[in-house]
Amino acid sequence: MQALQVIVSGISQGCIYGLIALGFVLIYKATETVNFAQGELMMLGAFLGVTGTTFLGLPYWAAIAAALVLMALFGFLLERAVLEPILGQPAFATIMVTIGIGFVARGLVTMIPGWGTDTHMLETPFRGEIVRAGGLVVAVEHLVIIAATVMLVSALYVFFRFSRVGIAMQAASQNQLAAYYMGIPVRRLNGLIWALSAAVAALAGLLLAPLTFVHVNMGFIGLKAFPAAVVGGFGSLPGAIVGGIIIGVVEALSGVYLPEGFKDVAAYVVVLIMLAVRPNGLFGETMQKKV
Amino acid sequence: MRFIFKTDYAQDLQLFKHSGQAYWYGALAAALLFVPWLLSPYYVSQLTFVLIYSIVALGLMLLSGFTGQISLGHAAFLAVGAYTEGVLAAKGWSFPFSMAAAAVIAGLVGVIVGTPALRVKGIYLAIATMAFNIIVEEVLARWESMTGGNTGLQVGPLAMFGWTAQDEREMYYVALVITALVTLGVVNLLRSPTGRAFVAIRDSEISAASMGINLAFYKSMSFVLSAGITGIAGALYAHRLRIITPDQFTVLQSIEMLMMVVIGGLGSIHGAFFGAAFIIVLPQLIAVAKDYLPPAIGQATGLQPALFGLILVGFILFEPLGLYGRWVKTRTFFQLFPFFRRGMFRRQKTFMKSERLR
Repeated sequence: MQALQVIVSGISQGCIYGLIALGFVLIYKATETVNFAQGELMMLGAFLGVTGTTFLGLPYWAAIAAALVLMALFGFLLERAVLEPILGQPAFATIMVTIGIGFVARGLVTMIPGWGTDTHMLETPFRGEIVRAGGLVVAVEHLVIIAATVMLVSALYVFFRFSRVGIAMQAASQNQLAAYYMGIPVRRLNGLIWALSAAVAALAGLLLAPLTFVHVNMGFIGLKAFPAAVVGGFGSLPGAIVGGIIIGVVEALSGVYLPEGFKDVAAYVVVLIMLAVRPNGLFGETMQKKV
Repeated sequence: MRFIFKTDYAQDLQLFKHSGQAYWYGALAAALLFVPWLLSPYYVSQLTFVLIYSIVALGLMLLSGFTGQISLGHAAFLAVGAYTEGVLAAKGWSFPFSMAAAAVIAGLVGVIVGTPALRVKGIYLAIATMAFNIIVEEVLARWESMTGGNTGLQVGPLAMFGWTAQDEREMYYVALVITALVTLGVVNLLRSPTGRAFVAIRDSEISAASMGINLAFYKSMSFVLSAGITGIAGALYAHRLRIITPDQFTVLQSIEMLMMVVIGGLGSIHGAFFGAAFIIVLPQLIAVAKDYLPPAIGQATGLQPALFGLILVGFILFEPLGLYGRWVKTRTFFQLFPFFRRGMFRRQKTFMKSERLR
């Protein structure tokens, strides 16, 4: 029973990793940029949520919606201002730019009055409630995380499968140049992808906030989402969630059954093994280029 | 404006392209030799830091700037070098031997990490090295019998053959000699077929492979050399700081090292030195500027990361060649005056090259 209990909490933690990884994968698939600032976007989203509920006194759901919309807008503008000018430059440049964005975001947050370096709490309607089911005790917060992840992934699936914009995004991610030729507005799509990814990150932040509080360095959890994305295969949306859950469960189990210290490195050990055994991840695709 | 009229292939391989260069580098060497006698011990110790960071930057430049591979785990190699030096120095090894051991062990660790990691590309390499860095950090914190855990490891003064570095100045001279040797080594490496192979891999893996360059071998070699050089820097770092703890070697440190080479200028030896000087000088400038800023900004703990990030983004957007590029442009401007044109260094706009297609 204890194992099951640990696994459930691992899954909900893993869903958070998966959601952040989902943000990486969305951007990576569309623009082949790896966004090292994804964790910071998550942190900004959580701070916006806190600002909405605590400082402005908005109801929970209104604050969530406002935070998501604002972050989507922020992601769009960020792409326009910083990423668009270096489109087509080597991967090195884009990686360093997003690392820089992360540093700036983390630094600026400490300068904003009210946000600062303090730890904040996001008030939720379901704080502290628990559900008992056949001997299992699960906090509602964990259930909300899992439910929200399932809903988001289904929504994204429908979006990419059936909507016009979603299909255009898939085309652009497969071959940018060919997509241009087909009349797809690739640049605008890149902006939209960043908006979507920032909103997903913000959602992850808002879901994580009740578990860990909101503070400047919560974005470092983004470093654990990289292993999740790699395990799932960097270009695969379901892979990101599955990878996240694997990392979350392994981490939770090693925290209980292995000596102290293994919990912090479990994710990284898993990713190194994965890279050695199957570099393309569980759901990754391999393609060879003809010269 | 100087025209170099080449009459011999050997001229392409000369260490100094013309007598002017030899003159200026000689002047620089003389200045570096005399400078500790003019400065206060504090500035001498900062200069020593610049030299140590320059060695790190040279190592990373070899990997990132010349071979085009990204590493987010170089702080781990610095740690391996530093801890090896700390442990061996405590056993009474003479500095040249313990430093060599530090370089070799860091290089060996590089083999272990690099060989699997280099099967994968770009982003995967970045993540693998990052994972490695975090694991090393945890191992250093937990392996208390060897590393002293989180309380840190005390390192004695630098000692070799019965001689001990007594003050800042002697430490500086040791660092200067080693930096000069490493620089010469890297410059010579880049003039050799191996160095040419590195650059070929950076520019295009496909064309490098077509010309018979064994990609896996040369990439691993670059990784190992880079790790070894960083290990040498680690040995000096340990003696300079006298106490080393695991939290000096985090991923953030690795990112700072990458910033160093990017801001200095990827793909240039000068850039390594510019970047190292920059990363040491900027915090000092920030400390001075703090008093003149409004308290909400000046006292914020995030001021330094925010500025570092802004400068990094600014360089990549507006000056991708870094400080060295700025220097070259300024020099060209005066050399060609008044014929310098903006477009001379313009980047070509390209479409995204997919890395998923290999």
